[in-house]
Amino acid sequence: MIISQLGYYSLIFGLLTSIFIFFNSSIQLKKNNLVISDKTFSLIGFQFFFVLISFISLIYSFIISDFSNETVYNNSHTTKPLFYKITGTWGNHEGSLLLWLLVLTGVLLGFIFKSRNEPNSYRLLTTLFHQIIVIGFFIFVLKTSNPFNEIFPVQTEGLGLNPILQDPALGIHPPILYLGYVGTSIIFSAALASMISNYVNKSWAKNIKFWILFSWIFLTGGILLGSIWAYYELGWGGFWFWDPVENVSLMPWLSLTALLHCIVTLEKRELFKKWTIVLCIITFALSMVGTFLVRSGILNSVHTFANDPSRGIYILTFLLVLVLLSFVIFIIYENKNFAQKSEIFTLSKETAVLINNWFILYFLSVVLIGTIYPIFLDVILDEQISVGPPFYNKLILPFLIPFVLFMSIGPSMKWIKTNFKFRAKSFFVIVFTMVLSFFTVYFIGEKNIFILLLFIGFFYLLLKSLDQLREKTKNFAQIFSHTGFSLLLISILLNSFSSREIVKNIQVGESFALKNEKIIFKKIAIEKEKNYESIVGFFEILDDKNTIINLQPEIRIYNEPEMATSEASIKTTLFKDRFITINIIKDQNFFNVRYQHKSFMIWIWISTLIIMLGGMFAIFRKNKEVNI
Amino acid sequence: MQSLEKIKKSIFSLIILIFLIISFFVFKFALQKEKIYSPKISENQIFTDFEVVGLVEEKQINFSEVLTGKNFYLINIWSSWCEPCKDESEYLLELKKNTPVMMIGVNYKDNKKNALNFLKLYGNPFDQIFIDKQGTISINFGAYGVPETFLINEKNKVLKKYIGPLNDKDVYEIKNITNN
Repeated sequence: MIISQLGYYSLIFGLLTSIFIFFNSSIQLKKNNLVISDKTFSLIGFQFFFVLISFISLIYSFIISDFSNETVYNNSHTTKPLFYKITGTWGNHEGSLLLWLLVLTGVLLGFIFKSRNEPNSYRLLTTLFHQIIVIGFFIFVLKTSNPFNEIFPVQTEGLGLNPILQDPALGIHPPILYLGYVGTSIIFSAALASMISNYVNKSWAKNIKFWILFSWIFLTGGILLGSIWAYYELGWGGFWFWDPVENVSLMPWLSLTALLHCIVTLEKRELFKKWTIVLCIITFALSMVGTFLVRSGILNSVHTFANDPSRGIYILTFLLVLVLLSFVIFIIYENKNFAQKSEIFTLSKETAVLINNWFILYFLSVVLIGTIYPIFLDVILDEQISVGPPFYNKLILPFLIPFVLFMSIGPSMKWIKTNFKFRAKSFFVIVFTMVLSFFTVYFIGEKNIFILLLFIGFFYLLLKSLDQLREKTKNFAQIFSHTGFSLLLISILLNSFSSREIVKNIQVGESFALKNEKIIFKKIAIEKEKNYESIVGFFEILDDKNTIINLQPEIRIYNEPEMATSEASIKTTLFKDRFITINIIKDQNFFNVRYQHKSFMIWIWISTLIIMLGGMFAIFRKNKEVNI
Repeated sequence: MQSLEKIKKSIFSLIILIFLIISFFVFKFALQKEKIYSPKISENQIFTDFEVVGLVEEKQINFSEVLTGKNFYLINIWSSWCEPCKDESEYLLELKKNTPVMMIGVNYKDNKKNALNFLKLYGNPFDQIFIDKQGTISINFGAYGVPETFLINEKNKVLKKYIGPLNDKDVYEIKNITNN
């Protein structure tokens, strides 16, 4: 009880500190007294500290199962394992917003700390803009989603955490994703500040690049974790469903990727100033749109914790205010501070970056339209449609081919001007690509010219990226992320063409076959765990070499809240995953068994990790010369 | 030349501005629009063609026959082992007293003795109660767990869906809908 009070008042102190910082920095700016005194710095530290206290008290309430707290009551239960009590803290709307606030104040602290050598007007202005966002979220939390609401009479037992959220990958998915999402806020504040203080130049690019990389890495990681969770917990056997909630995390990722390429160009050549600023704003706006769409209940998914329109309207209004603010600032300062260099089209790295940006922006618009078009249609024409994979496949796949081709040759271009010389080596790469692609297409048995072209593009990118390892000045950041990206595309393509599945209703003792494998349903057993009961099916897979693989899919019946989930059993090998799920059918004698071969699944995860690794290289090599 | 450029720019800004404001209002309306999400229900229409068995008199009846003769029906999924259902019962009693709604209880994965005891202890707000031993009826409704409450109209359309126990606000809302 007291802990809840502590958390609540700590939040209020946090808000007061924010307001104080806001006015303090405006006064300093007005007086032109441009020092970030220890006072401002420690105030920002305090602000973070207050939110931290509040967050820790919520975690503590969850750990001790303090059911006088409404959030704990709604989302926890005494029989839950400790790990899920803790992760339950952010497995709900209120707690996750508190986490959001924690990251939001944390990145500002990090920014101020890391930008000691930057001009103070820029730092102060960034603080000022960031406080607008912070205050907005403080009020949002306190007014609409207070995590420390008390209930009376005190309940003896909680309602429990949604069982499908009781999963290790999902335990850390929100914090990682939030670091990425919320990291974009500092990019936004800094972009506005740099524009006003006329600081959009090479050193700014160098300063903000860290935060772009930071957000990008965590966003990639967060998406990866979410995807892994969907793969084995939801039991659908896929990793990406073009679900609106997935899309809203992909959109800021795409614009961050575009921004990442722009910022390097700005750093090297002082080009694309306006465009970089626009991208900074778009990126943050997209992550806010994501928060809005996911949290307001407009879209429904496991992420929608509560349908409370007042929350949605608050975020929406706040978002509009921020976008309008940045829009106005952009219009005012656009001509003042940007003496635009002429951007001439030559065969150069700049041009390659620009083309890359066009493509990414195109992909972004496709995803954006696919995500919000159904909402518009629903409101305006009262018609419900859902946009699925065919839409994205049709609009994205054909453009991937030129995109990866540009991506392959872009890195080997030079700044300002490139003279292309045709070398025998390039010829070998092309021939090798062709052979590899023909072989792959033949192997998977898809005689389709379009698929062949896709493979050619992807393999070319892979080989070209690897080829750079032989160059004298290696840029590991770029090599890793491009290699990872090409591997990702190849694995996805292979996965979608050579996966097989079979669905059967069988009884214990029966068997069925998929390709050259025999699947035998041995027995079932009932097991009791602390917070659930499970029905475990024992399956044996026999292949033609008579090797036995055992798989044990489960149906878990959680007690609080009462809910059944299907746990897939997966055997991962280098080239394919064997994936099996069972479901009970009404009359209980038969089980619905779904057995799948998912090709190259592990490569999808590995390649995404390689992409992330690329980003980490860029962070740690920041002092040396880094090209894209 | 310069002024032409300027005009172009302001037109462009205006378009973006208009787009932003339109998006704002579209989203705002989208928020206020009723959203009832349940995987098992198509177009918010509740599936009614299945047999149910009463809790008190164990008579079998088709659920579609239950839903006749009234303008509104409130389906409440409850259980005697469910803690929040206890708090909820006073709200249900109030709804029974002050609204023209037919109150239908679905007794979820419970045993008869405990269920009847529960009603004796906390009052019986229901006009009819059916048992759902396996939890399959609740699945037909697209329910997540207990307690959960559906307000449906005479066309079997789900008007409101409340996951978790009802509260003052919900009761007020239900009264508003059904008394008009």
